[in-house]
Amino acid sequence: MAYMHIGKDFTPPDVPGKVTGRIKYAEDYTREGMVYARLLTSPIPHARVLDIDASAALAMDGVIGILTADDVYPDGEPQSTGLKILTNEPTLVGEPILALAAVDEKTAESAIAQISVTFERLPFVLDPLDSLQPGGADAYNGGNTFVFRQGFAEEKWTADQVASFRAGNEPTAEPQQTVEYGDLDAAFGESSYVYEGTFTNAGYPHHSMEPRSALAYWEDGKLYLHGGSQSLTAFADGIAGIIGVPKEDLVFVNAATGGGFGQRARAGSVPVYAVPAKLSQKINRPVMMRATREEEFTLGGARQGLTGWIKVGFKPDGVMAACDLWIVSDNGGKGGGADAYSAADCISVLYQADAVRFRGTAIGTNTAHRGAQRGPGQNQIAPIISPILDVAADELGVSRLDIRKINAAMTGDVGGPQRTPFTSAYMPEALEQAATEFDWEGRQSRRRQTNGSKVIGLGIGQGYHNAGRSGMDGIVMMGADGRLKIHNGVGNLGTYSYASTSRAAAEVLQMPWESCDIITGRTDLHLPITSPQDGSNSIFTNTRTCYGAAQDMLTKMKEIAATDLGGDPADYDISNERVHQIADESVGYSYAQVAQRAIELGGKYTGSAELPEELAEWTQIAVSRLEGTGFMGIFHDPRHEGNPPGFTVTACEIELDKETGKIDILEMISIGEAGTIMHPKGMDNQLVGGAVWGIGLSVYERHLYDPQNGLPASTGYWQSKVPTYLDTPLKIETGWVDLPDPENPVGARGIGEPSMGSVSAALTAAITDALDGHIFGASPITADMIINHVAGTSEEAVPLAQNNFRG
Amino acid sequence: MNQKLTRRRFIKGVIASGAAATSTAAWYSATGQERPSGFVERLVRINVNGQVRSVDVEPQETLASTLRYKLGLTGTKLGCNRGECGACTVLVDDVTTYACSVLTHSMKNGRIETVEGLESANGDLHPVQQAFVEELSPQCGYCTPGQVMSAVGLLRANPNPSREEARHAMSGNICRCGSYDSYLDGVMRATELIG
Repeated sequence: MAYMHIGKDFTPPDVPGKVTGRIKYAEDYTREGMVYARLLTSPIPHARVLDIDASAALAMDGVIGILTADDVYPDGEPQSTGLKILTNEPTLVGEPILALAAVDEKTAESAIAQISVTFERLPFVLDPLDSLQPGGADAYNGGNTFVFRQGFAEEKWTADQVASFRAGNEPTAEPQQTVEYGDLDAAFGESSYVYEGTFTNAGYPHHSMEPRSALAYWEDGKLYLHGGSQSLTAFADGIAGIIGVPKEDLVFVNAATGGGFGQRARAGSVPVYAVPAKLSQKINRPVMMRATREEEFTLGGARQGLTGWIKVGFKPDGVMAACDLWIVSDNGGKGGGADAYSAADCISVLYQADAVRFRGTAIGTNTAHRGAQRGPGQNQIAPIISPILDVAADELGVSRLDIRKINAAMTGDVGGPQRTPFTSAYMPEALEQAATEFDWEGRQSRRRQTNGSKVIGLGIGQGYHNAGRSGMDGIVMMGADGRLKIHNGVGNLGTYSYASTSRAAAEVLQMPWESCDIITGRTDLHLPITSPQDGSNSIFTNTRTCYGAAQDMLTKMKEIAATDLGGDPADYDISNERVHQIADESVGYSYAQVAQRAIELGGKYTGSAELPEELAEWTQIAVSRLEGTGFMGIFHDPRHEGNPPGFTVTACEIELDKETGKIDILEMISIGEAGTIMHPKGMDNQLVGGAVWGIGLSVYERHLYDPQNGLPASTGYWQSKVPTYLDTPLKIETGWVDLPDPENPVGARGIGEPSMGSVSAALTAAITDALDGHIFGASPITADMIINHVAGTSEEAVPLAQNNFRG
Repeated sequence: MNQKLTRRRFIKGVIASGAAATSTAAWYSATGQERPSGFVERLVRINVNGQVRSVDVEPQETLASTLRYKLGLTGTKLGCNRGECGACTVLVDDVTTYACSVLTHSMKNGRIETVEGLESANGDLHPVQQAFVEELSPQCGYCTPGQVMSAVGLLRANPNPSREEARHAMSGNICRCGSYDSYLDGVMRATELIG
């Protein structure tokens, strides 16, 4: 289909501001009378605050006030896992206890040093298996796990059960959750190759570049909050509830966000923004709370660590017959997510196994809070399952490419324990494209070639994340100048999806991009509700809403023209910013004229009547404020059917040095399968960015804690080992399948998360290849682990350990 | 080869200057918001983007703090404030420098350039900025000003770098979004724009 905007490159309007430094992040703002907040955080991993004496601090010149957990939770703290604004019951080092405001930060910090906090030390634990041991410490006050609707609970295994798991055996304890489909025993019975082993994925911090600083002030009865988030209206909707301010009285200002990666999508992940908001309310001054890199580590949280056992069976022809997965999740100090379940779901989707069973147990540790991080679950299992496929392929005499083709998801297939059909799926095409462009077959002669201590490895891998939601709202407006204003509540964290989804509206109205304005960046510009910008959903979700709102405007344009100029709305079409009769293009209105007529007519044309009944409360507030100000197109998106998948395939060639454990990625290509491509350069960015994250997951990024005191050691970029220019390939090639998805009006789906998983899958497969089929069952695979393996010694310092050195 | 700030050079610089904002306490000191009792306030004249600016500077104040909080040049970002990420990169006498890790007092004789100073008088973007726009190099954009300044520093020292040379010259700048490939595309495009 020939599009005007879809599939074409453009410059998102915020890009010039990024290269000139003009675009403002939260900490770049100031406000007259602004004072500064500093946090007093827990220095110990698990404690109870018995007493706070702030009298000396409050007597200091320049100190204005403090905020404690008693202030924010006058009826007592929530007795559940999940982040709190402030707490008297810290369960990890760095958790905020109180905040103090002063005329400057140095005064605030000096004052905090004068505050006497009496803690009762409580036992702490850094590894979920240590907590499961008889007598092992519990991370929370009331247990080591939290059962939905039941509360805290303590779960212990026998010492033999823990020891047996650490020794590599299937856990024998009762899992908290079991999900399965198919006849597992029968499927394994049909298998001629079965792999069984344990694995570990380290959790690690998000470390977004912009620390989560925030500025808050109250003015004319409204709270103005400057912060960084992945989502805009969805985040504002949530943070209003956390702060306790009515939605209509919150103005959330967020033009740009310095990275999110899952941990700034929802307000529950950033309750600390309530600190300057509530402090400002208490002291009646604007409050800036700047976060340091160390604080960003703590406030920003981490990916869930997974400790698991996996058994996979393959039929003689390479078909994956069965997968049995048992995972203990590290939920950290504040509860975690559903990564483990998503890992099982991912295997079901990507490899279409006949039978899958997932068993899981989530246990807290006194480490960073856990939550969504780019492909939560799908991307941890990617580096585990991919080498298993390769070893199975070698055992069965099937090529490593063919075993993936044999099991590939395609349109008409279903996936996951719910057996949900795909909206469309073109994995075979993606595999074929990657293999062709990488010359996979031609490169096979280089496989395992050696040069001194260096050996070549080849890897191919797949990534998946469900990539689309629905049920959100869209608003477009047009004034008498004829310009199209696309109100977009998607956040701006660097994917440019706020802009590319807006182009669906421009496409419907055949509007030159120069005649369009994206209205975004702050909620008092009256933006519709959107889904949180996570789960790679924005492209699918918000092209539907932007497209729908523009369609509503188009319908209304034709109605007005037909009413005024004669004929039926069906007799009209649009071109060159005019709505006109099909039979006689001279009979019609310019967009400026039709917008003027809509404003004169009012009613449904200006948002005053016949609104969709299902509009979210947030959207209703926006519409009520836009009512009568212009020609309005409004849309509530009905639910879609099926699972819109985002798929990627990556192929790479590496050189592994057996003496140093160092890995050089010589060449890499990633192919995206995300329906119609909205914005090629944006797609390219997501593929290369995901590649860097996949490299970090596979071989670099760490989450270290001091075992004696429970102190975090990955608080900086260097210790966490975030990949740099020199850790990534000189050039990452990209491409895409570009076939439309029928559940999206322009055929598009998302891609941000699978782009990481396929790289991790390919890279670990290449490492396994270079080491003659050795499966580490771990991420990251550090240089130490490789050296230990080559030397024939134990690969990991502590088997199945979390929050510890790997090699 | 560009005179990139290496870790060794940074450490030597820190030793020479006697301070670096490597700890939380130092960060608050570095913001220079309070004057120690008995200290005589003094103005320092520094050359920023071709203009000599008089600014009230604490002895322990970093250049990043002065630029952001005294001069309002918030294009210079603070990602780590401890010499790890490069978001605060500026040019001092054409040499890429972490503004979080040098003291403003040591800049009195230096010619400082920030991202705000790159556009021409008529508003045209610098070729590096233009190239970064064309290649859609930024993602979240928080590291972008630092990436721009490192690229400008590189191309002044070496107008025609290879991609490999560019990669090494830019390696002091972390991009958590992983947009390295797009930034290198931008650098190579900039070499074409500069001609």
